[in-house]
Amino acid sequence: MIETLLRWTYRLKSVWAVMLALLLGALLIVLAGYDPIAAYRELFSGAFLDYWGVSATIAKVSPLLLAGLAVALPLRVGLFNIGAEGQIYMGGLFASLVALNLPEMPALPGILLCAGAGMVGGCLWALIPALLKAYRDLNEVIVTLLLNYVAINLVSYAVSGPMLAEGAPYPYSEEIRPSLFLPIIMPRTDAHLGAAIAVLLAMLIFVMLRYTATGYAMRTIGSNPHAARYAGMSVRRHIIGAMVIGGALAGLAGAFEILGLKHRLFHLFSAGYGYDGIVVAFLAAGNPLASVLAATFLAGLESGANTMQRAVGVPVTVISAVKGLIVIFVAASLAFSFQRSAWAAVLRRRRETEAALGEVRRGRRHA
Amino acid sequence: MSDSHLVLENLCKSFGPVRANSNVTIHVARGTVHAILGENGAGKTTLMNMLYGLLQPDSGRIILNGREVRIDSPRRALELGIGMVHQHFMLVGPLTVTENIILGMSGQALTLNQGAHRARLRELSEAFGFEVEPGMEASRLPIGMQQRVEILKCLYRDADLIILDEPTSVLTPQETRTFFDVLRRLKAANKTILFITHKLEEVMNLSDRVTVMRAGTVTNELETATTNPGELARLMVGREVIFNIGSREGRRGGRLLSLQDVTATGERGNRALDGLSLDVHEGEIVGVAGVDGNGQAELAEVIAGLRPYTSGSVCLDGEELAPYSISERVGRLRIGYVPEDRQRTGLVLDQGVAANMMLRAHDRPPFTRFGRLLDFGAIRRNARALVERYQIRASSIEQPVRHLSGGNQQKIILAREIEAGPRLLVVAQPCKGLDVGAIEFVQNTLLEQRNRGMGVLYISTELEHILAICDRLVVMFRGRITGSLLPQEASSERIGRLMAGMTEEAA
Repeated sequence: MIETLLRWTYRLKSVWAVMLALLLGALLIVLAGYDPIAAYRELFSGAFLDYWGVSATIAKVSPLLLAGLAVALPLRVGLFNIGAEGQIYMGGLFASLVALNLPEMPALPGILLCAGAGMVGGCLWALIPALLKAYRDLNEVIVTLLLNYVAINLVSYAVSGPMLAEGAPYPYSEEIRPSLFLPIIMPRTDAHLGAAIAVLLAMLIFVMLRYTATGYAMRTIGSNPHAARYAGMSVRRHIIGAMVIGGALAGLAGAFEILGLKHRLFHLFSAGYGYDGIVVAFLAAGNPLASVLAATFLAGLESGANTMQRAVGVPVTVISAVKGLIVIFVAASLAFSFQRSAWAAVLRRRRETEAALGEVRRGRRHA
Repeated sequence: MSDSHLVLENLCKSFGPVRANSNVTIHVARGTVHAILGENGAGKTTLMNMLYGLLQPDSGRIILNGREVRIDSPRRALELGIGMVHQHFMLVGPLTVTENIILGMSGQALTLNQGAHRARLRELSEAFGFEVEPGMEASRLPIGMQQRVEILKCLYRDADLIILDEPTSVLTPQETRTFFDVLRRLKAANKTILFITHKLEEVMNLSDRVTVMRAGTVTNELETATTNPGELARLMVGREVIFNIGSREGRRGGRLLSLQDVTATGERGNRALDGLSLDVHEGEIVGVAGVDGNGQAELAEVIAGLRPYTSGSVCLDGEELAPYSISERVGRLRIGYVPEDRQRTGLVLDQGVAANMMLRAHDRPPFTRFGRLLDFGAIRRNARALVERYQIRASSIEQPVRHLSGGNQQKIILAREIEAGPRLLVVAQPCKGLDVGAIEFVQNTLLEQRNRGMGVLYISTELEHILAICDRLVVMFRGRITGSLLPQEASSERIGRLMAGMTEEAA
């Protein structure tokens, strides 16, 4: 019994990391001269307890979860995709290009085409590091990271030049037509269908990893590529596959930002969602279902931060600090793993002490 | 016990419910070579780790030089004069011998005086006849020399009790002989040697006393001079071991595998196979002998499809293998392969027994249905059946294979490869690091399959193992076959000459 309890304590180490981060965050709030309890109350009630807050959280779940999955899946084959941010930008760019040039057609095929274009954009951007990794063994961390800047600047160039809307005061494109807007799932808010699709995709990826031969091959490659090759798995194909699917998911996140929220291509339209995706993936330890929880939590932090600032006056940057602390503590928690023998020894010693104490007590009574 | 250097009294150590050591008591006299003999999983390494401060005993006493000591870290062990040479050496490749040896030594000044260290090391090396050049880069040294550097490391830190964990498992026969000389010199210098092994010959050749362990307990402690290999083997496995196993009659069938003038490139761009020709028939075990590193590993990989060949032909039943992928060779052509490095290649250590049992058939029925969906029912049934048939000791079929002993890990690979029903089975060093009981099991299993018509290519550097089971024997030297002979005509002189590269005529 106690052992099961301990095992779960270790399994939930991400939760403890988050708690610790929030605790230190509270210290920061105190140092800034505010009441941490009031601040956190506003933060969480603002994020999860009122209609507008929930809608703002859901709107952020879409990019965060998709970006998280874009990092988590390559992580399973042992690749670190830092490039979700760039892939989001390419997805947004491709989706906008298609949306602005599409002939008149019904809503559903139109949206599907735009979303598909976004996925293709993200795919292509992930294919570059994937091929370089698979065929030239070039470090994917460096390639994906650098390609982020290329993508961001490519979008900036597009919206300040060829795609610049007429009379726009700063770089953005024409608005896409309303028939291509993603459906809103909470009336009168920004909460669009993207979050629901992201959750569906998370479940799909979970099933793929857990229950199919392809998923098994990916997990095997991630934990021992030599054995995977010996088992007849094509390491190259799976590496490229995982990276490209990841890119497609990030691309979809970009497309949804345009189709669901912004309705036109802005320069710098992603607020670092690609990087927050790394936090999501690590917080969820690469598990797609846990990613849903992690993304929701992070989305809540972001949307609640504004409420908190308005109500208590604590600056939003405190929440950025908390996010940073989460990364540090999650990374540190990787060093802790459940060790049965060590705990068994502790428990045995405890039992022995108790037994001895019992004897002492009995002895006293007799005396 | 005239002059006890070390006494272990009733040491106990448990890992969870497993009692790795239970009431282990050992007396080691000063200036002797003391062997700890036991199968894998007998608790030898646990014992040594307690002695070197890597593990703490749950109970019991360690008495060194007549005083009870507590060894809570390797640093403390070194202070007490205990040095350890691990099975896998702990050298930093790009550093020189001197740098490796003084690495982490306490009492260093702010600036390193490497010259002084080097001179003293050279002196020490000469005194023991180690022939180690202190200025050499560690990664460039042959394995045997690296081992002597490790020993030198202990000596340089004034250790007078040296623990050696399976010291000969990585050495060639020549290196082993040199190593034996080294041990004798250490003994002459009144150092105490404690060495862990599962090889009976080494115990007989080298040790003064031997402690035999089985299942975490000491079964006996005896003077080597008063015992014999048969008795030791019996104490070690708990029953008589039959060394000459297997009937040699098996019906040899048609030609199954045929290699003609095959060349292949090795890991370092060298010509690992250099015009090699070889046949394996159905119902035949062909042993491949040779000193390690003469292309045996590459030969196995070429047949299994992990390494391409650059010229020549490799045919199964007359059909060229080159176009077939690794997975096709497993599934369609039914070529089984037991790789030499079971932990790195043969298994996924983090996965459970069940997953490893289906590793090489994960993408086909019976383990998948509806295309690519895994059939967990079939996977579990298969694992349970194989665990039972091969008597694999695991707490459950989901237990990560990392926690199993070497013998059980090897059984998983063998079970998987044999039960896939191969026509040809390539086994590379299947008994490396296994204990007598496990070796017997591996060999019997192979013989049984041979009798059913399987062709087996048995690659090993242990000549006795090859001679014990093979129907025919070839010797490899520098990527080619230097001779082919029957076991009964294989004298050790003749094989020795072939191993050294002389051709059959000269031999």
